[in-house]
Amino acid sequence: MEKFPVLSSVAAPFPQKNVDTDLIIRIERCTGTPREEIGKYAFEMARFRADGSENPEFVLNQPRYRDAKILVCGEFFGTGSSREMAVWALAGLGIRCLIAPSYGQIFYGNCFQNGLLPIVLSSSVVNGLMREAEQGKSFEINLENQTINGAIRFDITPRRKKMLLEGLDELGLTLALEPKIAAFEAADRARRPWIYPA
Amino acid sequence: MGRTLFDKIWDLHVVEELGDGMQLLFVDRHVIHELSGYRGQVEIAKRGLKMRNPGLALGSFDHVVSTAPGTRGGNNANANRIIEGFRAESRKAGMRLYDIGEDGQGIVHVIGPETGFTIPGTLLVCGDSHTCTHGALGALAWGIGTTELVHVLATQTIVQQKPKTMRIDFRGAPAKGVTAKDMILALIGKLGTAGGMGYAVEYAGEAIRGLDMEGRMTVCNLSIEFGAKVGMVAPDDKTYAFLEGRRHAPKGAQWEQALAHWRTLPGDAGAKFDGEHALDCAVLAPQITWGTSPEDVIGVDGIVPDRKPEALAYMGLTAGKAIAGTKVDRVFIGSCTNSRLPDLRAAAAIARGRKVAKHVEAWVVPGSWRIKQDAEAEGLHEVFREAGFQWREAGCSMCVAANGDYVAPLARCVSTSNRNFVGRQGPQARTHLASPAMAAAAAIAGEITDVRGF
Repeated sequence: MEKFPVLSSVAAPFPQKNVDTDLIIRIERCTGTPREEIGKYAFEMARFRADGSENPEFVLNQPRYRDAKILVCGEFFGTGSSREMAVWALAGLGIRCLIAPSYGQIFYGNCFQNGLLPIVLSSSVVNGLMREAEQGKSFEINLENQTINGAIRFDITPRRKKMLLEGLDELGLTLALEPKIAAFEAADRARRPWIYPA
Repeated sequence: MGRTLFDKIWDLHVVEELGDGMQLLFVDRHVIHELSGYRGQVEIAKRGLKMRNPGLALGSFDHVVSTAPGTRGGNNANANRIIEGFRAESRKAGMRLYDIGEDGQGIVHVIGPETGFTIPGTLLVCGDSHTCTHGALGALAWGIGTTELVHVLATQTIVQQKPKTMRIDFRGAPAKGVTAKDMILALIGKLGTAGGMGYAVEYAGEAIRGLDMEGRMTVCNLSIEFGAKVGMVAPDDKTYAFLEGRRHAPKGAQWEQALAHWRTLPGDAGAKFDGEHALDCAVLAPQITWGTSPEDVIGVDGIVPDRKPEALAYMGLTAGKAIAGTKVDRVFIGSCTNSRLPDLRAAAAIARGRKVAKHVEAWVVPGSWRIKQDAEAEGLHEVFREAGFQWREAGCSMCVAANGDYVAPLARCVSTSNRNFVGRQGPQARTHLASPAMAAAAAIAGEITDVRGF
C-alpha cells in the first residue's frame, strides 16, 4: 500500500449530511467495474447530468476543486452499505483524506484498508475548516504530527497511524501471527467443539 | 462487575491484543455471497493465499441472481460471470455453497439462521452491512469490506476495535398491525441514523421477548441503519426451539453441550452499558418513511414534516400533507429485512381475497428457496397471485437493485427493505420503507394507507 505522505492540497467542501455509500458509488458499478476504473463513477448521480455531461455545480467539477485530495464532509459520511468500492471510488478521484465529525462505521474501517485517512474532528472545528475549504484555501495534512495546517490536532490510534505512514498491510501482519491463531483454534476446539464441523 | 452478552462473546474470541484497543478476533462463521465474496476470492488468489478454514464458511447466491419466475441465473452476462466465478472458486476452496434452486440458497442473512449455521455465541462476519441480522440469535455479527473479507478468508480472524455497548429497552406490547419493522423504524426515527454509531447494541425488553425469531431478525437487521455495526438479542428458549434440528445446528451430545454454554451468554444482572435508551411500543402506529434516510419516518397517520427540503423534493412530497393517500406505483415485499415466512403470512393475510390496484405493480420475493417452498405448501403463492402480486424467485432483488430489478425514475415504491437512499432502488426511484402488512395494504389501496383499517 502507498505510504501516506504529507498532503498539501485544496480541500473540497462537501457539507451534505448522511452521504451514503450508494451515493458515492452505485451498486451496478460494484458488480463488474475493475478497481482501477471505479473512480470514473464516483458520485455519478450528482457528478453527471442525465445526458452524461458533467454537472458544473458539483463541487469536484469546479475548476478549483478538480485536483482536491481532501474532502471536508458533513456528519456521518459514508453511512450505509459495506461496499469497499465507495473508498476505491474516492481514491480513484485522487482523494486521500477526509475530514468529518463522524463516519459510517464500516466505511471508516474500509478507509484505513486503502491508505485513505478519515480524520474525525468536532462539528465546530469541521465547520471552520468547511469555511476555509469554501474559500479555496490550501490545506496541509501532516499525519506524523497529527496536524492540519500545523495548528489543528487530530487523534488517530498509533497502530493505524503507523500502518498508513508505512503503507503496511493488515493481512501481512496477521499472517505473521499464524502460530497464535493455530493455538487459539486448538484450544477452542476443545472448549467449543460444536463450532467445528466433524 | 457483571458482563453483557456482547462482552462475553467478544472476550471468547480474542486471539491477540494488538495495542491501542485493537484486538485480533477469531471468526467462527463466515457467510459469503457471490458479489463481495467472489471479489474476495479473486483478491486472495492474486495474493497467492488460500482459504484457511473452508469448513467455517457458508456460501449462497443472492445479490445478482435473477428473481424472475422460473429463472436460475443472472439477468446479464456480467451477473453470469460472477455466478460462475463464485461457483468455481468456492468449489476449488472446498467450502459449502448452496447453489441457485437448491434447498439452502437464498439471501445470506436469511439462510444463515434458516440452516442453523448461525448459532448463539458465535462471531460471524459477512461482506454485507446487514450481517447484523444474525445478532437476533445471540451471535456477534457485523458486515465487513472486501479487504477484511480477504483477511478472514486467509486467516479466519479479523482486527477490530472494541465498540461501546448500548441497551435499547423496547417497552410495552405493540398494538395490532404494529410489527418488528415498526419498532425499529420508530427507534431510528427517534434517535437518528447515527444514534447507535460506535456501539454494539443489545435489544431487550418485553416487546423484544414477545417477538418471534424472524421479528428479532428484522429488528437486528436495521441496526446498521441505526448507525451500529452490531445489533443483538440475548438467546432464550425461543432461540433454542428455533434452532433445534436445523441442518447445521449442533446435534446430539454437542447440542446439549452447546445449549449449556448458550444459557450462560445472556448479560449478568448489573452488567453496565455505555448507553441506554427506551422506546414505548404500546403507543406506536405503523411506521412509514417519507424522506431519503431511514430516520425520516412517521406514523402512517402522521403528516409529512416540514424538514429536509431536498429530501421532500426528491420524494415528490408536500410538507403538511397527510402521508396516507400518497399514490404508489410499485410494492416490493422481500429483502433480508422482511422476506421470511411470517412476513409473507402477514402480507398474505392482507392480500387474501383482495386485488392489487390496477396501477400498481407488486412483487413478493421470498428470502430463500426454502421459504418459497414452505410458503407454497401453505398456499400463500396462490393468495398473492390471485390478488395480482408477482410471486418470484429468492434473492435480494429490488432492495439493492444489483440484479437489474429496478424501480423506474420518479416511480414511488412501498418497500419492506431497509434503505430509502437516493437512487437505492434505481436512479430517481422514490422509496417508502414499511412493514410487509403495510406494503401489502398499499398494493391493494394503490396508495399509502393505514393497515389497521384492513
